[in-house]
Amino acid sequence: MKQSQIRVLIAKPGLDGHDRGAKVIARALRDAGFEVIYTGIRQTPQMIAAAALQEDVDVVGLSILSGAHMTLCPKVVELLHAQGQEDVLVLLGGIIPDEDAAQLKAAGVHAVFGPGTTSAEIISFIRNAMAG
Amino acid sequence: MPKPVPTQQLIDGLLRGDRLALARAISRVEDDAEDAAGIVQAVFAHTGKAHLIGITGAPGTGKSTLVSALIESYRASGVTVGVLAVDPTSPFSGGALLGDRVRMTGHSGDAGVFIRSMAMRRGAGGLAKASAEAMLLLDAAGFDRVLVETVGAGQAEIEIASVADTVVVVEAPGLGDEVQAIKAGLLEIADIFAVNKADRKGAARTVAALEMMLETGSAAAQPIFHHGQRMETGAAASESDAGEGWSIPVLETVAVSGGGVAQLRDAIERHRAWLDESGGRGAREGRRLDHMLQTLVQAEVLARLERALAPALRGELVELMQRRQIDPYSAAADVIRKLSR
Repeated sequence: MKQSQIRVLIAKPGLDGHDRGAKVIARALRDAGFEVIYTGIRQTPQMIAAAALQEDVDVVGLSILSGAHMTLCPKVVELLHAQGQEDVLVLLGGIIPDEDAAQLKAAGVHAVFGPGTTSAEIISFIRNAMAG
Repeated sequence: MPKPVPTQQLIDGLLRGDRLALARAISRVEDDAEDAAGIVQAVFAHTGKAHLIGITGAPGTGKSTLVSALIESYRASGVTVGVLAVDPTSPFSGGALLGDRVRMTGHSGDAGVFIRSMAMRRGAGGLAKASAEAMLLLDAAGFDRVLVETVGAGQAEIEIASVADTVVVVEAPGLGDEVQAIKAGLLEIADIFAVNKADRKGAARTVAALEMMLETGSAAAQPIFHHGQRMETGAAASESDAGEGWSIPVLETVAVSGGGVAQLRDAIERHRAWLDESGGRGAREGRRLDHMLQTLVQAEVLARLERALAPALRGELVELMQRRQIDPYSAAADVIRKLSR
């Protein structure tokens, strides 16, 4: 069990500006007792990786509605691994087709949350992963 | 969970300028991990080189945007910058939403910039408990300037004055009248005032109110001439070490467009030079280290007190007091005796 405070980066990579979902999740995670670093919209994978490093986060949550997840997510995972953060949990939220989700998981994304996922599911996923 | 990185590896990495090691070391200090003290002890000899700049002010005055603009200005001349951005922790959930980075994007590819968001956790006065330690780590990692942005401060959140070399108090137009400007607290700790959002209505009034406050404030230490006669005011010189020879500038900035930011940076650098020439740097550092010493001793004493005041003992003493077999003062003396043993 991780004794220290759990830190989560919530980022919106890509060009769509729909950040309502990301903000709702950020707030729910805060209310669950996590420290949430919110970076805002239109982040490049490089910006996300740099923030994840400086903030020493345990979790990176990506929110993508633009359809560009197949390029953006593997890139974020690759950069995190390259900088020594192989142990960071990478989560993806958005409208992701099942076959893409399977490929992304193979590429190192730990979980994909589609529409209808409750905040409670995400929170308990993070808690279980941190406890494991 | 993976095994934590060994402490020595973090220390060596941090001193080499390894960013991940620095980030992890800050977390250890923040979490008050077992090796937190060891990390600070190991790097302390390498600190004292960075200029520590505090940025404080009410919520919504534009502190984060101003910090971002300052980073840009410093980087343009090759000066490296470490940033701590403190945001509040929810007293209800213990969680926090740290959003200062939203206004600080654009520096992520730059190895000369390191930005760390920090939740206040159990801190006080606008800073986190571990802010001072985290500043030491950024200093040891070799950053030329360390900028600390406090939580949106009220009027009495002045902890930043105990940890920074130069304090910039950020104001914005329309937040208060002249009376707000002469109140005690936040305004008394400023080495520099930045009236941000200066393109908005009322900026000139805010500047005027601050300048008026500064003039009436310094009048006490200066001779007053009344009809050509020198009046004895009898007032002692200012107790603040910002008094002698440093006149506090009031600057207008428009952080979003970068307006006035170069002047603000110049003022910070002038204050830095002034601290070096006047000996004020030593005085401030001494005060800072004294503050840190007191904080550490207090924390340790409190921890011992908590152990000494075990619930069982407390219950026992309360019962004795209720039966009037012992009075509260004697009970307290009893606990103190146990503590000092």
